[in-house]
Amino acid sequence: MKNPKDFWAGVIYLGMGVATVAIAREYPMGTAVKMGPAYFPTVLGGLLCLIGLVSLIRSFFTSGEAIGAFALKGVSLIAASVVLFGLLARGAGLVPALGVLVVCSAYASIQFRWKSAMLLAAGLIVFCALVFIKLLGVPLPLLGPWLGV
Amino acid sequence: MELLANLGLGLETAFTLTNLLYCLVGVFLGTAIGVLPGLGPVATIAMLLPVTFGLPPVSSLIMLAGIYYGAQYGGSTTAILVNLPGESSSVVTALDGYQMARQGHAGKALATAAIGSFFAGTVATFLLALFAPPLAELALKFGPAEYFSLMVLGLVASVVLAHGSLLHALGMILIGLILGLVGTDVNSGMERYTFEMPQLADGIGFVVVAMGMFGLGEIIRNLEHEATRSVTIKAVSGLLPTKEDLKRIVAPILRGTGLGSLLGILPGGGAMLASFAAYSFEKKVSKNSAQFGKGAIEGVAAPEAANNAGAQTSFIPMLTLGIPSNPVMALMIGAMIIQGIQPGPSVMTEQPALFWGVIVSMWIGNVFLIVLNLPMIGLWVRMITVPYHLLYPAILVFCAIGVFSLNNSEFDVYLMALFGVLGYVFAKLDCEPAPMLLGFILGPMMEEYLRRAMLLSRGDPTVFVTRPISAVMLAMAVAALFVVLSPAIQKKREEAFQEEE
Repeated sequence: MKNPKDFWAGVIYLGMGVATVAIAREYPMGTAVKMGPAYFPTVLGGLLCLIGLVSLIRSFFTSGEAIGAFALKGVSLIAASVVLFGLLARGAGLVPALGVLVVCSAYASIQFRWKSAMLLAAGLIVFCALVFIKLLGVPLPLLGPWLGV
Repeated sequence: MELLANLGLGLETAFTLTNLLYCLVGVFLGTAIGVLPGLGPVATIAMLLPVTFGLPPVSSLIMLAGIYYGAQYGGSTTAILVNLPGESSSVVTALDGYQMARQGHAGKALATAAIGSFFAGTVATFLLALFAPPLAELALKFGPAEYFSLMVLGLVASVVLAHGSLLHALGMILIGLILGLVGTDVNSGMERYTFEMPQLADGIGFVVVAMGMFGLGEIIRNLEHEATRSVTIKAVSGLLPTKEDLKRIVAPILRGTGLGSLLGILPGGGAMLASFAAYSFEKKVSKNSAQFGKGAIEGVAAPEAANNAGAQTSFIPMLTLGIPSNPVMALMIGAMIIQGIQPGPSVMTEQPALFWGVIVSMWIGNVFLIVLNLPMIGLWVRMITVPYHLLYPAILVFCAIGVFSLNNSEFDVYLMALFGVLGYVFAKLDCEPAPMLLGFILGPMMEEYLRRAMLLSRGDPTVFVTRPISAVMLAMAVAALFVVLSPAIQKKREEAFQEEE
């Protein structure tokens, strides 16, 4: 393999293409006149498989640069902070959910300081409580039932 | 004069106090978020979309349009002052604009950008008013076969004109089209690709995809190359250009406006292509071409005029045909659908107040832009200097609450996180997310038109080539693909986008 970017993109295309076609097999295909729910997805999935194959084959013949290190810390912390917000928002309330979101995501930066992160969290919590909860009426409690409120 | 009557109707709609206010708020918010380094118009609009959902359709579209050119102008400000273009269309502005700022002419560069944008915006708005009605009339004659072919042409053109690998752009379009199919099939009522999750029955929200791919994905990418130095900006002074400066920028602004308006209409065109093309064109024809890259005022005027003209005229295919020519327009179409408006040629005849109101408000928005931006430059400077490590958690907060509030659903928040990770992975593999968003918006429409066309032709696929308009559009799509695959053009295409590096 000479071009890892093409190779892995090809793998993703092929994987998604095959999955699309495979799942579509559970749906009625219909005919060209009266297309069933499986018709269009099967065509698209097939085309995606084709693109994936071309990308895979190309990766062995043309050379390209390496992908480079995967920013595992950034990816996991950012994704985790957002997911944690979703998990906490209704049960624990907006205040703890935002606190966790801000501090956890800020930790991904190389310039992370506890003090500035806490201050930022406090400021954003006040702002969001006023704008989103009071003004726009987003139905989230400030402190939720999990905290015994 | 029908045009005058139409514009009169537009003025009536746009000049109500509430709509003026929403336009002003849109321009202000758009600029405020747009100046933040690393946030382009797509992310800005996606972030601010939820704010507009509660408004009546006209006001919400007026505000969104305001956000768009506000964000566009904000991006240019950042590009000029700190050489951090938040979006691809201001990359070329940064080339000469930042040099001017370093030489102490930041104020002049900003004023040039504002004047160029304003002039281009005014011309482009008139073009929009002039060309939209006949195009919409033509589009009313389109059957499903024509629409299907038009969408194929639009997608192919967006690939050809976008930068990056052709193969990957096609792959990303297909992924977008497939993701667009998730949810309940309108014809059979069957749930597809929902994995028996009720939250997916209505499909994946496009705001979720846009915020994930463009918002979160971008943050993860920026953190990877986090710079420790903080941004410092000298005080901006000397806003007014001299008479001599004005003389120098007239021709570039005119050329930029012309080129930008033309390129904005093309599918796949819009602001970015317009600014690149205008810069390279100006560099060729200008008397001062030796100064380009070293702080030539022409190098700011031309691309700024072009990108605003392009931004404005890219509304033409969106408003008349319902076809997005770039990701921003895809977001606009998504917003219209959420407001219960089916984008397409019928908007003009069925909702003339909305159609003309939005057009007139664009011009008003451009007035606000110039009135607002120059005096408020101090505020924008302060927003730019917010360090990134304090900025991105705040962006995440707004994305998270915004996405949650769409359907009051945690599921959408998780989905956004997933698309954020996906966006980063694709970025690592040099796969651009923009074509995916276009495919995602067009997927359901394409399937519907394909079905209808095949039903009408009783299963005869030759209908796409025997109907003349459809055949011409498909032929253009094929020709575009062949042209871009030819080695000579491919080399030129690489050169054209090289300035970015």
